[in-house]
Amino acid sequence: MSHFDEAYSAVQAALDAGARYADCRIMVRRVESVSARDGDIQNVGSSESAGLGVRALVGSSWGFYAVPDLSDAAARAAGRRAAQIAVASATVPGPPIDLVPAGAIEASWANDCEIDPLEVSLSTKGDLLVEATAAAKAAGSDLAEAVSGVWDTRKWFVSSEGHRIDQHTRECGAGVWASAFGDGEIQRRSWPSYGGQYGTSGWELVDRLDLIGNAPRLAEEARALLSAPLCPTGETTLVLGGEQLALQIHESVGHAIELDRILGWEAAFAGTSWLELDKLGSLRYGSELMNITIDPGIPGALGSFGYDDEGTPATKRDAVRDGIWVGVLAGRDSAAVAGLDYAGSVRSDGWARLPMVRMTNVGLEPGPHTLDEIIANTEDGVFMDVNRSWSIDDRRLNFQFGCEIGYEIKNGKLGRMLRNPTYTGIGPKFWQSMDMLSSETIAWGTPNCGKGQPGQVGHTGHPAAPARFTNVRVGVRG
Amino acid sequence: MSIDIIRTGAELELAARVVELVRQVAGPAAEAEVMVQHDAEALTRFANSMIHQNVADAVTNVRLRLHLDGRTAAGSTTLVDADGLRGLVERTVAAVRLSPPDGTWPGLTPPTPLHHSAGYPGSGERSGLDFGFDEATARATPAERADRVRDFVRAAGGLETAGYCRTTYTSAAFANSAGQSVEGRTAEAAMDGIARIGGADGVARLAGGRLGDLDGSALGARAAAKARAGQSPVELPPGHYEVVLEPEAVADLLDNFAMFGFNGKSYAQQQSFAELGEDQFDPSVTLIDEPLGSRAEPAPGLPFDDEGTPRESLVLVRDGVTKAVAHDRMSAATAGATSTGHASPASRTWGPYPTHVRMEAALAATEPALPPADPSSPVAESARPLVAGMRRGLLITDLWYTRVLDPKTLVITGLTRNGVWLVEDGEVTGAVSNMRFTQSYPQALGPGRVLGIGSESILLPDRWSGTRYAAPALHLASWNLTGNASG
Repeated sequence: MSHFDEAYSAVQAALDAGARYADCRIMVRRVESVSARDGDIQNVGSSESAGLGVRALVGSSWGFYAVPDLSDAAARAAGRRAAQIAVASATVPGPPIDLVPAGAIEASWANDCEIDPLEVSLSTKGDLLVEATAAAKAAGSDLAEAVSGVWDTRKWFVSSEGHRIDQHTRECGAGVWASAFGDGEIQRRSWPSYGGQYGTSGWELVDRLDLIGNAPRLAEEARALLSAPLCPTGETTLVLGGEQLALQIHESVGHAIELDRILGWEAAFAGTSWLELDKLGSLRYGSELMNITIDPGIPGALGSFGYDDEGTPATKRDAVRDGIWVGVLAGRDSAAVAGLDYAGSVRSDGWARLPMVRMTNVGLEPGPHTLDEIIANTEDGVFMDVNRSWSIDDRRLNFQFGCEIGYEIKNGKLGRMLRNPTYTGIGPKFWQSMDMLSSETIAWGTPNCGKGQPGQVGHTGHPAAPARFTNVRVGVRG
Repeated sequence: MSIDIIRTGAELELAARVVELVRQVAGPAAEAEVMVQHDAEALTRFANSMIHQNVADAVTNVRLRLHLDGRTAAGSTTLVDADGLRGLVERTVAAVRLSPPDGTWPGLTPPTPLHHSAGYPGSGERSGLDFGFDEATARATPAERADRVRDFVRAAGGLETAGYCRTTYTSAAFANSAGQSVEGRTAEAAMDGIARIGGADGVARLAGGRLGDLDGSALGARAAAKARAGQSPVELPPGHYEVVLEPEAVADLLDNFAMFGFNGKSYAQQQSFAELGEDQFDPSVTLIDEPLGSRAEPAPGLPFDDEGTPRESLVLVRDGVTKAVAHDRMSAATAGATSTGHASPASRTWGPYPTHVRMEAALAATEPALPPADPSSPVAESARPLVAGMRRGLLITDLWYTRVLDPKTLVITGLTRNGVWLVEDGEVTGAVSNMRFTQSYPQALGPGRVLGIGSESILLPDRWSGTRYAAPALHLASWNLTGNASG
């Protein structure tokens, strides 16, 4: 069933009410979540949501209105309201706004999906999570939890510039974690990552994770961490696993290259960026090993799509090349303000939210090494993996991360397990110290990226591999 | 433009219809609970001193949780026509039959009257429909929000500004197959903005039940004064500093205490620092969750939770002694307690937690008399007596991106934001650049660590509507700053 007609009605109503540009997204989404704890089911939930969101540009002011009603009358009313809200925006005006050109596109897109995740029964999903947590519990975990999530989204997009695009996106993922309680502290180990691994993929992604097989090891490692020595304090050589490096990319590169932040549009909440547009193309972000791409076309990665929420086709673009900052995540209006000629990174987390600049798949191209080679070439240092905590300042410079597990590296070999490993630094200094990078890339999914007011939760992907950094401050404690 | 309908009774009728549909589809043995919630949220956002995003939406969500033959499943929909509701019921019944056994089902809330009238201005006799509800806020127009933004921008006197003005309206009803049936509504307004000059940011924010109480000019002037006073900051070395935290920063403490400390699931799973009956805080500390508001404030939340349990004030900490944690029915059953009315769509997984925490302010009489406030001072009015009593330390406006390093000890790392100043002999002597901290929050407020509390609790919005904090300024003996702009 198509909803192009209703979307067209909303756009036309906004134009009739005075908008010079309008677009409408109609979305029908089903979400399913299952969780288990200590061998028992904890929650089985599903939701269905359908509605439309209209964006209207009157003069140089935007308005947005959304309703959960797909009737033609409701669509027309929403279009008029969006235009009325834009008129109110004009009472506190700014400089003229244009949109970078976008040709009219009529298209249809769906991601590859071997096993439709909504066709996998809830009992199959529940049994998997129950068995995984039971296995962790049997292996000595004080608390074992597991989750799975599925998002099935159908979207119809119409713009006043001739776009008619429908997309069907299926995303899913799962994870398991085990905790051990000690005297006044808790240690946790997760597989395959903090909160689980997710992708724009069918259930085959979850089948490959082997949650049950990994669960006993998590319990044993969490228990062992309770008596492991603390991560030492000081400056050292740091080797990060790929999962942790994915979040490092997300926080200290992905958000920093969002053009709306660079332009100050997020200054009061998410923050700005240390990057200045006049240095685009010349600023050294990292070492020559650092090549970051923006690529919403990676099959299976969580930030993938066919077209963004302004109808721009998915296009691969460099963000950092040989360590030099060369690209941003942009939308049609922000790109025009910045004098750039490309957009393609605007998304909303649902029909009720305004599309805004968001990460797609932002990740590192593979390096020339392997993790084994990196360890073997490190005389003295610390290896950390799997994120436990993250914090970064509002300019995306000063970060501090905690990981679930660490190991000493001595004379080219992994040594003792270390508990409560943390590291801190300043973004460009840290990235410029990267001197070894593995080729063992995985596109890690982050299903919980917060941004915007009202808040939106984005799904992003981050190809990353283990890497080495020098002179990093580790072991920060309270 | 205003909201089409200030709804009364519409959600209750929908909830009852879904309960009846469950009976028809699944039979009388099915235990069903239904929450119908209509949310209208409008947010006018500004940056670079212009309104750049201006949004509104109105959504009715029907949430159904079903327990049948020892199994549980939940579903929700925004489709509220007959087909949509029947689809929700049939989908959830199908899901419950495919679900694994649930040994933790705590049963339904029995018919229980709401806590209303006494102590809550405006509360009505039936179903608590008017817990101080302000209809003008519910009906607020884009023009009214834009007016406040314009006032904020003008009052900043040419400084670059950014922020938002938000109004929300919620009308909701709950019904279950055990006979519980309640309804209520609430409205909230909030404004949050910064002014910026020369790399220095100043902030002002305020929440309340009435849009009419939000003065864009006053907030803009305050943010601008802070920004101007924050220029040319110096970098201080990391270390333990005596601090005065302004209410915006204290709200972050309340947020993390609520989410991780007073969370009934975390408590039951031994992941919380909370130990009931123990002297865990300084004797000056009292924390109360107040979903129904207090004193002259309209109720910020609904008078019942997602399980239909009536809400009321919950004392979390009284005079330094931890008294309670928040529970839904499941965490309460695990802990051998009773629900405190904190069920939410996420409480079964994330855990139930307080959403309207107030830290009690100190009595004004305990403060020394001060000269009239200097309008160019960066010090919040309620923090002035505390700053005056600090020999050497830092005045911190706001905290940012705080994340838990260890849930049990609630060691948190984050950064200062929107203004830090060095205070010497009770006077602000210079701006300081933002710093990173790594600090156990319960330890910071532990016995003997609280040197003073401001005489006014300021209502502050959370980033998500529906959550609010009432925070005074706080003078603490030590705060562990672990990094500065250099790393």
